[in-house]
Amino acid sequence: MPGHQQAHIAVQDLTMAYGSFVIQQDLNFTVWHGDIFIIMGGSGCGKSTLLNHLIGLKEPAKGDVWYHGQSFWTAKPAERERMMRRFGILYQRGALWSSMTLAENIALPLEQYTALTPGQIRELASLKLALVGLAGFEDYLPSEISGGMQKRAGLARAMALDPEILFFDEPSAGLDPISSSLLDDLILELRESLGATIVVITHELASIFAIGTNSVFLDPETKTMIAQGNPKQLLAESPHPKVRQFLTRGKEHA
Amino acid sequence: MDATTNGRPAHGVLDCTRPTRDTLCVRLGGRWTIHEELPSTAQVQSHLDVIPPVKRLVFDGQDITEWDSGLLTFLRKLGDLCAQGHIEIDYSGLPQGVQRLLRLATAVPEREGARRGHGRIFQQVTAVPEREGARRQAVRESVLVRVGKKTLAILEATQALLEFLGQAAIACGTLRRGRARFRRADFLLLLQETGAQALPIVSLISFLVGLILAFVGAMQLRQFGAQIYVANLVGLGMAREMGAMMTGIIMAGRTGAAFAAQLGSMTVNQEVDALITTGVSPMEFLVLPRLLALVLMAPLLCIYADLVGILGGAVVGVGVLDLGPRQYYQQTVGGLHLTDIIVGLVKGTVFGIVVALAGCLRGMQCARSAAAVGDAAMSAVVTAIVWIIVCDALLTILYDILGV
Repeated sequence: MPGHQQAHIAVQDLTMAYGSFVIQQDLNFTVWHGDIFIIMGGSGCGKSTLLNHLIGLKEPAKGDVWYHGQSFWTAKPAERERMMRRFGILYQRGALWSSMTLAENIALPLEQYTALTPGQIRELASLKLALVGLAGFEDYLPSEISGGMQKRAGLARAMALDPEILFFDEPSAGLDPISSSLLDDLILELRESLGATIVVITHELASIFAIGTNSVFLDPETKTMIAQGNPKQLLAESPHPKVRQFLTRGKEHA
Repeated sequence: MDATTNGRPAHGVLDCTRPTRDTLCVRLGGRWTIHEELPSTAQVQSHLDVIPPVKRLVFDGQDITEWDSGLLTFLRKLGDLCAQGHIEIDYSGLPQGVQRLLRLATAVPEREGARRGHGRIFQQVTAVPEREGARRQAVRESVLVRVGKKTLAILEATQALLEFLGQAAIACGTLRRGRARFRRADFLLLLQETGAQALPIVSLISFLVGLILAFVGAMQLRQFGAQIYVANLVGLGMAREMGAMMTGIIMAGRTGAAFAAQLGSMTVNQEVDALITTGVSPMEFLVLPRLLALVLMAPLLCIYADLVGILGGAVVGVGVLDLGPRQYYQQTVGGLHLTDIIVGLVKGTVFGIVVALAGCLRGMQCARSAAAVGDAAMSAVVTAIVWIIVCDALLTILYDILGV
């Protein structure tokens, strides 16, 4: 797969820390164009923290992140913001703006960065909501819908500008099995039709094997990455017992 | 979805032809993205209106060079139009990705009755009629209706208030029997926050109020050579009224808002629900320690405010009016009776109770969103201040009747 593919995101010698407390260190991996890249690891290993470093919410203690060969963290803030516009992010708890309706939530990025009329923006918002199975809920406030629906609305918002890179933080947590499978279909479709590269933090093994093409496994004990590659290959060939245990849901004993 | 074409990329173009009598073929080409000016469905609509009527719509999308959600929303609108006109629509001439995304968008049918406001339903296979009464009112209600609704709302609010007061009274009864369940650590922290940490602001404001009272009084009394009575004015003014009032208003803004925000956030995070299902009464656990803390701290702050206010008056008396400090002190002590101080203390305590109840009530009534916590805090302050003034008026009348 590498070779005729381009690196979309390259993480180089990344160390994440809160003050002197190190979360993960010496992370080196590449996300290729069109990858569905899974960030895996036991609870508390720093997956969400890694996401924060990739999307510009936390500065690395050491190392850098490169997008299309352009350094993210040594760029000026204005330039970094320009790069961030190409991301779409789904946060762990949806993070919808609670005083705005679902349609308004999706409309905000569109209003900021496009010259579309309000009518066109509303149609786009309607489409995004339909794609995540929330057709008809445009005028609802986040507090008026269930947690799973809030998650899906957050996903619709992440897709608002048809971004090139999508980041999903535990997208299927709290979703019923059918919605979860629809979500997998949507992710695959976004990759096929829009050519998006997708980075997913997830624990759901079904999804990981169904859609993952590349991955990295973080270990909270050694505080570094212990595996990377296609999840199916890792399951078959990884020398690391922890990785195999994770991928077989604990059925394989070291 | 790459943007390579020969020469300049053309933005979305649209062309309609009639290959057979009842079929309309819509040919799309160029760049159909949200960053371009895209043709509207009105163009297609005008072709649909031409006799003989169209029964089927097909697409030719070979010349599309680039597309995104812009194309998808256009197609959705077209789908709506066709559904209304009972025209069959065939998407097979479009790029595979477009067809798949359109299928995804209709995979979960719109829930019946969910839609609000003006909107159209995309499902052309099972067109679900809009449920009676689901649409939000666009009509402005008459004055009579609004007055009626407002009255009912006031009655409901009064009922909620009385329920709250009743539950608080029951909780106090439990406290008296020694069975109330709240954490000592919480209570001590509240004492510190509502009492000790309020001292700086109470000092500042009481000092200035005493100063102002003395100044304003002095202007008038000087004309009669009676400036010594400034001491009486400030002493009585602070002790009977201003000490309690200023402390009450400071506590309303400071502590009332804090209580509302604390309890409001707990309501939003479902922490109050968790208390209820664990069998712990939120009244006893949350409201009672706050009420108790203010009942204890309010009179203390009130006395403190009285003293600092008199000090402020003394600064004016000694500094501006050239009264001797000893003179001022004796005049104050002579003019003030224990009754006056107790009158003020009772008011101060009542105001403290009002603030605690207002803050806790609004916090527990908080709706489940971030904006609601802000509204709860604001409402707590307003409610507290209004009721402080009302109680002040009632107590003043009562004192008059009692002759104190």
